[in-house]
Amino acid sequence: MDISLQNVVFIIVAIFISVFSVLTVTTKKIMRSVTYLLFVLLGTAAIYFLLGYTFLGAVQIMVYAGGVVVLLVFSIFLTKADENLNIGTKIKKVLPILLTVLIGGGLIFFIIFTHNFLPMASTDAIEELSMKTIGFALVGGGKNQYILPFEAIGVLLLACIVGGLLIARKR
Amino acid sequence: MGVELYLVISTIMLCAGIYGFLMRKNTLAMLISVELILNAADINFAVFNKFLFPNQLEGHFFTLFAIGIVAAETAIAIAIIINVYRNVQSLDVDKIDKMKH
Repeated sequence: MDISLQNVVFIIVAIFISVFSVLTVTTKKIMRSVTYLLFVLLGTAAIYFLLGYTFLGAVQIMVYAGGVVVLLVFSIFLTKADENLNIGTKIKKVLPILLTVLIGGGLIFFIIFTHNFLPMASTDAIEELSMKTIGFALVGGGKNQYILPFEAIGVLLLACIVGGLLIARKR
Repeated sequence: MGVELYLVISTIMLCAGIYGFLMRKNTLAMLISVELILNAADINFAVFNKFLFPNQLEGHFFTLFAIGIVAAETAIAIAIIINVYRNVQSLDVDKIDKMKH
């Protein structure tokens, strides 16, 4: 495997994501947990950029880093979120969880490395997916075009706004 | 650099998410773990699209719509959590048992 710039960036991003996703679930302070989650989400956006899906990476940064993480930080500030973070360190409770995660992860790794994937596209020169292609596919009504889910997401977000107001209002 | 390496990243993220979801007792921390799990699934869709079916865009758009749905889901979940906190004065899942008996 030749060492190209893309491979180096990929390895850095891979280590970054792996370390911070483990830290997200093991740290003791919830504020730190959210910060590490932000790093994981930014790393995911970097992976989308590496794949050539720049629009997807931009959406990821806008929606997650700009929306979801800010919402989480607000709700942490509004509540006493730091008490009773973990389930405890009793071996009777922790052992089944560790077994589940390790066996499940091992099984997935086994499947990944023994499965014969379809012949892959060339990864040497990944070109960016152009905005024009995305635009025509997103608001067209023909085959392989996605106007219906696009509109359905609009209705879903409206329902989400109304539902959120209804749930969180003062009585 | 094949599809397997990308899948290894998303597997690590998924396992961390499952571990956190089972390990945490705090509703907000569990929500954070759910974000990790969903994010791992999103990476998989994009990677399969790029490496196995590069002439189509199904995975790309599935990821796009999934990100939108995740944002809506998080907003509703946080509204519910804040409302529960207002009634119970705690985020601990062990204390949310008023409707149990």
